Amino acid sequence: MSLFSLAYAAMALRSTPVGSAAVPAAAHTANPRADHPAARRAVIAVAALFLGLFIVLPLVNVFVQAFSKGFEAYLTAISQPDARAAIYLTLLVAAISVAANLVFGLVAAWAITKFEFPGKGLLITLIDLPFSVSPVIAGLVFVLLFGLQGYFGPWLQAHDIKIIFALPGIVLATIFVTFPFVARELIPFMQEQGTDEELAALSLGASGLRTFMRVTLPNIKWALLYGVLLCNARAMGEFGAVSVVSGHIRGETNTMPLHIEILYNEYQFMASFAVASLLALLALVTLVAKVALERRTGRE
Amino acid sequence: MRISVHGVTKRFRAFTALDRISLDIASGELIALLGPSGSGKTTLLRIVAGLEWPDEGEVRFDGEDALARSVGDRHVGFVFQHYALFRHMTIFENVAFGLRAQPRRIRPSEAEIAKRVKTLLDLVQLDWLAYRYPSQLSGGQRQRIALARALATQPRVLLLDEPFGALDAKVRKELRRWLRQLHDEIHITSVFVTHDQEEALEVADRVVLLDAGRIEQVGTPQQVYENPASAFVHDFIGESNNVPVTIESGIARFGSRPLDIDTRGLASGTAMLFVRPHDLAIVDSDAAALHGTVRRIHGLGPARRIEIALRDGEREHLVEVEAARHLVLHPGTNVGLRPNAYRLFANPPS
Repeated sequence: MSLFSLAYAAMALRSTPVGSAAVPAAAHTANPRADHPAARRAVIAVAALFLGLFIVLPLVNVFVQAFSKGFEAYLTAISQPDARAAIYLTLLVAAISVAANLVFGLVAAWAITKFEFPGKGLLITLIDLPFSVSPVIAGLVFVLLFGLQGYFGPWLQAHDIKIIFALPGIVLATIFVTFPFVARELIPFMQEQGTDEELAALSLGASGLRTFMRVTLPNIKWALLYGVLLCNARAMGEFGAVSVVSGHIRGETNTMPLHIEILYNEYQFMASFAVASLLALLALVTLVAKVALERRTGRE
Repeated sequence: MRISVHGVTKRFRAFTALDRISLDIASGELIALLGPSGSGKTTLLRIVAGLEWPDEGEVRFDGEDALARSVGDRHVGFVFQHYALFRHMTIFENVAFGLRAQPRRIRPSEAEIAKRVKTLLDLVQLDWLAYRYPSQLSGGQRQRIALARALATQPRVLLLDEPFGALDAKVRKELRRWLRQLHDEIHITSVFVTHDQEEALEVADRVVLLDAGRIEQVGTPQQVYENPASAFVHDFIGESNNVPVTIESGIARFGSRPLDIDTRGLASGTAMLFVRPHDLAIVDSDAAALHGTVRRIHGLGPARRIEIALRDGEREHLVEVEAARHLVLHPGTNVGLRPNAYRLFANPPS
């Protein structure tokens, strides 16, 4: 008997109440017992194997490689001036874009869920756009707009403003790519909550600001934090869009992902993995925080 | 406080929710806005509250223009159908919210706030729930807390939007008696919206009947029940049998048979005869103008309900009659019917 037929038999039995007369539905299998422990174990093993092989193993490998020449070498690798510049730039870009998207996302979600206006459907679709276009295109859009050959290029150059191959370009591209996270997290949540509580607060004489701080914000804080967390993880890890606009100037416009690639291409595997381990660590922290948040919101 | 609404019209795109509504509410009155869904009753309440603005017309509180004020400045207490309690605050904080939101110069001290909240929780008989969260309360308790919260800032008007709509039948009944008692204690001008005629008739001093954005009738529960101003009101309030009749030169006929009823000068044309089930008497088949066959007998207690099919040539028309226990009736029996009290309304020209 194939693994699949066993698995389906086990599934069918799962959804049947214990001791019900429907048990003979799986009677064509050789095993007369109801719960097919072998099938269940096989299905779980396949899932675990897959996760282990494709997710856990590579992640462990990052750390193994990073520490392959000892802890001291690791420290040296991540404290190289170029590496430190990359870490600093990544943190700076993430801080700016997360703050910006926190505000934009909140405003967009607010507008969509608390008001009725023409073009609302279009706005909801537009919010999702960054998820559906390739990050490379997102980067190219900004090059076409602000690059030397772009629409605003000559004007920017005449006024000595650098956007492409500089911090503003990297921030713009990151904001573009990470825009949906906060808004997408908030919209369904705020839709479900409706506007009654806000109206109640207003009718009790509370000002708009007070209503926001005391009623709206406490109600959405966990969803908001969750969105920020995901937004931050992506902002730090973004490669494609940033790669197009950054110009790869060492110690200046290289973020951590770009720096990792350069080190790797120069055969400095250990150093490359050392920086990568920092990003991986961030991913793990995000994951733990996400689980903690989900538990918390699940309880409330 | 006196509320006067004058010529208020509200449209949502092509839909006219309110059509030139005028209404005066005396100070201390308890008014029910009653109507089917889509009649505009909630829109009218929200306009009075300041949650919605009319396209035309005016709303005055004690003669003063209320439309110039926002919801926060109107001093109205608003109670929502789904309570709208602040879910992350305790019951105490919910009730205290309006007091804490007051401008600093008139805001009471912490001790004063605690005292006022305690009094309000006593008033709604739920002081033992002060440190619970809304999610730990039953629907009826939540709605009482919502009421306490609305009363905390001593509003001049209390507005309730289907306050018992989300509760089950038993709690609903308890709570509406309680609301009536509460109103008799504190005498605040109150307006509540409902689609339940029983609720409106039981609780309100006066009932405002709305249909399709217009006021059909305003009156005490007794007035609207006994003297319905229109076919809509008769149909909506209480139970009624509707018998289609034609009027020709002062004589009403069901089918071809003339009925012995006063047409009160109604012009010739089609009309609707309204009779309450208890006003339709079962009489000897020969003497009556209305004839029918018993279809079904149901009901418990002292009175039974008899479903009778009236014949009008080919067509049949079902009516329901209340009949005493001792009357011997079986499905299939032919009976005559006499309306003891009735209302006749001309059909609107179609």
